[in-house]
Amino acid sequence: MELAFYASALVALLASLGVVTGTNPVHALLYLIVSLISVALTFFALGAPFAGALQVIVYAGAIMVLFVFVVMMLNLGSDASAQERAWLKPRTWVGPSILAGLLLLALLGTLLRGDVARVIGGTSIDAQAVGGLLFGPWLLVVELAAMLLLAALVTASHLGRDAEPDRASGGES
Amino acid sequence: MSGIPMEHGLMVASALFAIGLAGLMVRRNLMFVLMSLEIMLNAAGLAFIVASTAWAEPHGQVMYLMVITLAAAEASVGLALVLQIYRHFRSLDVDAVSQLRG
Repeated sequence: MELAFYASALVALLASLGVVTGTNPVHALLYLIVSLISVALTFFALGAPFAGALQVIVYAGAIMVLFVFVVMMLNLGSDASAQERAWLKPRTWVGPSILAGLLLLALLGTLLRGDVARVIGGTSIDAQAVGGLLFGPWLLVVELAAMLLLAALVTASHLGRDAEPDRASGGES
Repeated sequence: MSGIPMEHGLMVASALFAIGLAGLMVRRNLMFVLMSLEIMLNAAGLAFIVASTAWAEPHGQVMYLMVITLAAAEASVGLALVLQIYRHFRSLDVDAVSQLRG
């Protein structure tokens, strides 16, 4: 369990670095999928199999398919990769990296000096416990999440419509 | 060695968050900005799961479900916006969209 956790955490960190530093959008997307799946593996290693399965199905499955389709529709190829390489100069990434590194140092220092002293011992929380909570005290939050997803669906279908034909006449459909 | 200290899980989550934040500030391509946002949301979900398993309470996993719902909504709206921006400006540069006018 410990070995699985540390190995998949290492893979997740390296793959996320690959996303952030990559120049080809398709390769960065594949790195992102690897990162999400290895975070799902850390969920399994920590003892949350329901969350791990959801991460694989919803995150690495559904949401990443959206990203892949958009990258395919935008047809981002080698010229996009060349432009990314031109944008990634050291004087653009040094400042933000220093800021993010300082934030990381502050977080790690707080975690190291804090007295948490809790050990995750492999007690697994199954889907039954989570489902019982979802349809018990958290029922209102589930319905709010459904409303949020409905609003996102309406927004995406409104924004995603093809407005090209009547742009020349200045009409707003 | 028995068990994972909770600090280690939270350290992984904060390192993922810092990587995503650095990517969000550095990149100018909107696709990469959205991908960095996904990394940051995923790090928040990992922190929730770590806390949930450390206290052996399923409430953290409920919050993780909310995080995943938010990520799905954000990704769908963000990608629709990216498609419209690409149709309009023929570019994914964030600086091209900085003038609040078409």
